[in-house]
Amino acid sequence: MPQYPNRQFLDFEQPIRELYEQIEENKRLAEKNSKVDYKSIIQQLEDAIIEKRKEITERLTPWQRVQLSRHPDRPYTLKYIDKMSTNFVELHGDRNVKDDKAMVGGFASLDGQTVMFIGQQKGINTKARQMRNFGMANPEGYRKALRLMKLAEKFGKPVVTLIDTPGAYPGLEAEERGQGEAIAKNIYEMVRLKVPIICCIIGEGASGGALGIGVGDKILMMENTWYTVISPESCSSILWRSWDKKEVAAEQLRLTAKDMKGFGLIDEIVPEPIGGAHWDYSEAASILKSHILRSLEELKQIPAEQRMNYRIDKFSKMGFWNEEPEAVGQTEKA
Amino acid sequence: MSTKKEEDFDTRLSGDENANAQGGESKTKWYKRLRKGITTSTADKKETPEGLWSKCPECNYICTTTELRENLYVCPKCNYHHRIGSDDYFDILFDNGEYTALYDEITSKDFLGFTDLKPYQKRLDEIHSKTDLKDSMRVAAGTANGKALVVACMDFEFIGGSLGSVMGEKFSRAVDYCLEHRLPYLVISKSGGARMMESAFSLMQLAKTSGKLALLSDAGLPYISLLTDPTFGGISASFGMLGDLNIAEPGALIGFAGPRVIKETIKKDLPPGFQRSEFLLEHGFLDFIADRKSLKDKLSQLIELLQH
Ligand SMILES: [Zn+2]
Repeated sequence: MPQYPNRQFLDFEQPIRELYEQIEENKRLAEKNSKVDYKSIIQQLEDAIIEKRKEITERLTPWQRVQLSRHPDRPYTLKYIDKMSTNFVELHGDRNVKDDKAMVGGFASLDGQTVMFIGQQKGINTKARQMRNFGMANPEGYRKALRLMKLAEKFGKPVVTLIDTPGAYPGLEAEERGQGEAIAKNIYEMVRLKVPIICCIIGEGASGGALGIGVGDKILMMENTWYTVISPESCSSILWRSWDKKEVAAEQLRLTAKDMKGFGLIDEIVPEPIGGAHWDYSEAASILKSHILRSLEELKQIPAEQRMNYRIDKFSKMGFWNEEPEAVGQTEKA
Repeated sequence: MSTKKEEDFDTRLSGDENANAQGGESKTKWYKRLRKGITTSTADKKETPEGLWSKCPECNYICTTTELRENLYVCPKCNYHHRIGSDDYFDILFDNGEYTALYDEITSKDFLGFTDLKPYQKRLDEIHSKTDLKDSMRVAAGTANGKALVVACMDFEFIGGSLGSVMGEKFSRAVDYCLEHRLPYLVISKSGGARMMESAFSLMQLAKTSGKLALLSDAGLPYISLLTDPTFGGISASFGMLGDLNIAEPGALIGFAGPRVIKETIKKDLPPGFQRSEFLLEHGFLDFIADRKSLKDKLSQLIELLQH
């Protein structure tokens, strides 16, 4: 991850920047004056940074959680694949239109077992962000993902998807080439894929664009991510008719990992390093990896047919409604 | 909330802003007025004479609502297909207008305590007091030209035909009914997309309904998806596009993202006919376009072909 001064800070992370500035200042002073013990001062400041990171993430609002999920220093899909696995071979193209660079995937070895990784990829700088279309895939991205899933199925390898998207791309060509159909087909095929599927929200989980690679046996969500049907900004614009209610929309949507786990819509929350995944890529990846490995072990014990039935059953139960004469519905509020 | 704002809400859901921009009334408002004209007593009608006449938004042709109804709400002059609701579709499709309504007892619940400009529960209560609709989808079983089938049909009048838990559950039970009685399944879509007030639960209906369709497919039962004006978002990203046959009414707006969002994204005007049924047919996403007047015959013909 980037080190100070290349590190970027969100508005609520500013107190940490100030501590970094103090460290820099003390380092400068130490060069001029060797008599004072700056080492211990710097150590104290470094401890204070850890403390601050902890303090900040302890009382995050849902909107701040959304901000963290979009943190410019946050690790993206290829970073996680690199840190978690070996022998990654990236595979390209949907064999039809083109290679969508907002969606990446390929075989890799996860502690000796081959898995198929698939995920949206965001860019790490201005140029890359454009090349990756900000993690917004076109239909060919979803079709590439499906091709890779089918490939994994053919060779009996589990699928691990890493989800990080502000949404499927709402463009003219995307519509011409059937964005809706592409996502629909993926959801349908994932429901009945014969191999285990583990999905993890590693950043933004926006709507159909996320679910298009998000149907599986185990759904994991990292601590500082969000997952729902619409971004808080768009929700604010449609329901409040203003772009200014994104914070309220984020609260009302109940989009955090904790909410989603409480509703039974996801299976596990994956903890992040203190302050968020952007503070320690290796640690973030290693925690995620342990969750994936544990899920894989569990899923391998279940026969394929049964696993698919569980998958269909699990999603069939999602929802809440009144039913006369007596109210029936989903699991009670957590 | 003012009526104007409600209007905005509906049009934004459907990507149908042009109706208002051109000074005309929106398609939803037209439909509400039409229904009112039909269902109110003769005495009331005298006070609202405009309910008796209808102007076509496409060609300005004026005819009586009775004439229009006899023509299945299709403009006699230019073939424009007016937006209609589940009641009308059931009447059009089922023999003698007879059918068995299914799962009407399932209604929406404000599980999240969602409040935007008004609480979700209040929104639901208001619609329930204004219309006979229980939610945005109704399911019915009956026969079309003697062919038994199950039809699930959306009502745009009910929060823009939005996809929430109730639609997902009714859709699923309709599939169960088809499986039990070995019947073909027709779904008539007309929706702005997700019901945002149900947040992620709304999103998960895409996976829920797809799972059910997999079971229907395994049983070898036909699933026909009829897309009508408008069909957007979560519907087109799930069961709307998953038909063994995908068909649409003429001129219907169908897409994943709404035209307004696309325009804002690409910062260009959209070409004429963009996201219309004819555009989708041309790009290979529809099997055919069905005129409302030939819909019933085409359907029964297809079911006949698939069953023999
Ligand atoms: Zn006309």
